[in-house]
Amino acid sequence: MIPRYQKVLFVILLIAALGMGIKLWQLRDRAHKRLLAGQTLAPTAAPIVAPAEQATLVVANDFDNSLVPQVHSLPLPADPGARARAVLGKLLDLYAAPESTHEIPGGAASVDQVFLLHARGAKSPGDQLAVVNLTGTFAASHPAGLETESLTVLSICATLRANLPSITQVHFLVDGVERPTLAGHADLTRTYLSSEATPVEGTTP
Amino acid sequence: MRCSNTAAVFLALALSAVGQQLPSPQPAPQPPVPRFVVIIDAAHGGDDTGAHLSSGQLEKAANLALSVRLRSLLTARGFQVITTRENDSFIELNRRAELANHANAAACISLHATESGSGVHLFASSLAPANPTRFMPWKTAQAAWETRSLALAGAINSALTHAGLTVTLGRVPLPGIESMTCPALAVELGPQRDADRKVTAEPDSPDYQAQVASALAAAVLEWRSDPNRTGARQP
Repeated sequence: MIPRYQKVLFVILLIAALGMGIKLWQLRDRAHKRLLAGQTLAPTAAPIVAPAEQATLVVANDFDNSLVPQVHSLPLPADPGARARAVLGKLLDLYAAPESTHEIPGGAASVDQVFLLHARGAKSPGDQLAVVNLTGTFAASHPAGLETESLTVLSICATLRANLPSITQVHFLVDGVERPTLAGHADLTRTYLSSEATPVEGTTP
Repeated sequence: MRCSNTAAVFLALALSAVGQQLPSPQPAPQPPVPRFVVIIDAAHGGDDTGAHLSSGQLEKAANLALSVRLRSLLTARGFQVITTRENDSFIELNRRAELANHANAAACISLHATESGSGVHLFASSLAPANPTRFMPWKTAQAAWETRSLALAGAINSALTHAGLTVTLGRVPLPGIESMTCPALAVELGPQRDADRKVTAEPDSPDYQAQVASALAAAVLEWRSDPNRTGARQP
């Protein structure tokens, strides 16, 4: 003879098991719907890949203190700011490569953003000021020295001028703020004239 | 007639007596020899350590060591030398320029050291040469001395090359030097390398520093006798 309290307990446990089963089914169904909804937010069209173009990169050499123009083929977006970032990214990729003549770790990711603004005191109305925002990691890992830091700054200025001639002035920020020097030597408080950084092989005073 | 002869004799005797009492005539005063002051600026110091050299030493210490060597050599050659720092202390760039400008220096040499590149790097300011005016902007005062700074760079380049050292030359923005009213240069010691770019001497190596200091002292000696070098205050 089964006691009455055991029958009641069995019925309660059965109802609880059925209830939990139904709840589990509902949660699973809800998660499935959320997953399907998330998939619809994914891009349905492939991103447009910019066509490869010729770009002139003014590459620094620590061993003879020179800036030498080199032509490379790389995808260049139409937007001038994105274009400037792309050429500088390629330049810093060259510096991060082994056997570089101007070794700096970091690569393309070191250029956070390039903003193009109307240049102050411009001689012609189309002149632009490029504000190059470098990452703090790049500045922290940059070798310290008058020559190496100056070459980095001047090669960036010359590369921008070679590919976007409307850029006449260049100003540098690190993590979005002004910084006295790049790694203790090159002055980053001033605005550089891109014409100052003419490529020269074996500079002489 | 006799009277006049007697008067002449008395006059001669009187003059000779006065001549014996007066001290011997002094030689004509020579114009004062212009001071030749050399400023040696050991860059960085204190919390501003500069570069970390691969030997483990900091740039500020290597700069100070070279500054001490160069000061000894120049003092031994009779130059008046003023150093911007004698210990590990932080001196602001403006203070360094003030020291150089008050000293009316004939040559200002800022010393640096680095791990990159090869040999000695000589830098003059990239300011465009300008005519001196009575009042010059603090941040671009060097413009009036730019031509002579380049001449000093030529003398130092010649001495370093003669000493068998590799030299690269350049003109870059130099915030500290651009306020100096004297022929001024930055001298950066990079590692000495062989043909395969292997390091043969670090910038803080005593022998390498001695070689560079000796060449710099010879260059300053040459610069003092340079006929094209005019007074320190007249660019």
